[in-house]
Amino acid sequence: MEEFLQQLINGLSLGAIYALIALGYTMIYGVLRFINFAHGDVFMIGTYIGFYVLNTAFVQSLGPGAETAVIVFLAAMVGCGLLGVIIEFLAYRPLRNRPKLTVLITAIGVSFFLEYTGQLPFVFGADPRTFPTVVEKTTVLQAGGLVIDSYQIIIFVVAIALMLGLRLLIMKTRIGTALRASSMNLKAASLMGINTNAVISFTFFVGSALAGAGAILYAMSYPKINPLMGILPGLKAFIAAVLGGIGNILGAAVGGFIIGAAETMTAGYISPTLRDAIVFAILIIILIVKPSGLFGRGGTEKV
Amino acid sequence: MLHVEGLKVSYGAIAALKGISFHVPKGAVVTLIGANGAGKTTTLQTISGLHKVVEGTIKFDGQEISNMPSHKIVSLGISQSPEGRLIFPGLSVKENLMMGAYLRKDKKEIRSDLDYCFSIFPRLRERLMQAGGTLSGGEQQMLAISRALMAKPHLLLLDEPSLGIAPLLVQLIFEKITEINRDLGVTMLLVEQNAHMALKVASYAYVLETGEITLEGPASELASNEDVQKAYLGM
Repeated sequence: MEEFLQQLINGLSLGAIYALIALGYTMIYGVLRFINFAHGDVFMIGTYIGFYVLNTAFVQSLGPGAETAVIVFLAAMVGCGLLGVIIEFLAYRPLRNRPKLTVLITAIGVSFFLEYTGQLPFVFGADPRTFPTVVEKTTVLQAGGLVIDSYQIIIFVVAIALMLGLRLLIMKTRIGTALRASSMNLKAASLMGINTNAVISFTFFVGSALAGAGAILYAMSYPKINPLMGILPGLKAFIAAVLGGIGNILGAAVGGFIIGAAETMTAGYISPTLRDAIVFAILIIILIVKPSGLFGRGGTEKV
Repeated sequence: MLHVEGLKVSYGAIAALKGISFHVPKGAVVTLIGANGAGKTTTLQTISGLHKVVEGTIKFDGQEISNMPSHKIVSLGISQSPEGRLIFPGLSVKENLMMGAYLRKDKKEIRSDLDYCFSIFPRLRERLMQAGGTLSGGEQQMLAISRALMAKPHLLLLDEPSLGIAPLLVQLIFEKITEINRDLGVTMLLVEQNAHMALKVASYAYVLETGEITLEGPASELASNEDVQKAYLGM
């Protein structure tokens, strides 16, 4: 029982990070109906933004702690947000009225561009770097064999605060309603006087910023970063979004937690070598059994 | 109020509009009638900035608006109740109406315009918190027209308000269109396949055939024109 609880907590904290990344996939899909395959690489860039910010003399002088954490999170979120906006503007916007497949292939191109440009010696370099300490890792709770550390608490607090904030933003604000309207019908939204290009930029900013926050949380827990590290978490978060029902924000969050838990449980109880395989198995199963995902609705429209 | 001159629009190599000219005077209801595929919807969507103008001009109150982004055109005072209604299915009736008023800041007047919409279509008040996607076709049409009114337009574009709704409701919708025009003095450009109804509510009409205007005149004259009767009124 104790071991199960421990696995569950570990799994859910990993899942919280997947959920943050999955939100970006699902929001962008919601508005533009395509999968931004470069999203995992935006996540990777987020870890490097954190890496460089943590290595500045100023942040070094602060040392690990709350101030450092706030600075590094803000930097990664704003940095990734802007990167997302730039990618959309340069790579996807010119293809707005082209077939979706064209945009999808372009997204894969952007993904490779980020991964392989990142490996150039004068960019990040191909060698893994060690992510500096953001805050000290302490044991918060120890009950028998059950251990909860400060990183897990931070992951839950940050992830849940961001998800609630996102919900508030989308449900209660004017731009949020515009975002929902745009995701239901982009053409109708523009007929309402909504600047749909601005809404799309906003969506990319928010979605990518969430990936930036996820990046810092991820790099704190797994402090070896390299330019290809975004691929697997990116794919898993994408699967989380599909599992929850692509385009559905609640679905992405729930999907993230399920994927994280499934991965950790498989590694703990079956075999660590199967931890990636189980996630892809879930993708295959969901696509066969319920392709619209747990919370997805089939596309019906009254005519 | 609206002057369209020599408007050409194409979808790739296919010319949808081959240089049409028409105008809509202030306060009037003008209709464009024609069969499926004549270019009626293309005309309205182009006015709203959804299609690129290849050639020609669209002037609204003397200002050139062709190839302006859609949201700018709405801000100038042109709103549209689009073909197929395009209600936001997951938003409530109220949120749909508020999206219509997206660019407005005058809270008090928005409130009174909402009340006006409810007085015209009381059904909307009953359905206020219901998701737009759960309304019947006729109710969605009422919502689409009201949503367009919430922009407080000077020119209202109505695309096939009779499409896919029950005959009894068609009658009602057209009565309301006349009522709105009378109450608010809002200028209207109405596009319809149901020429019979359109010619009843409009004062002036244009007949559109495969991208060209083939006939125009006061609506009452067109209604008694033999060719129009044969082609569009089923007489």
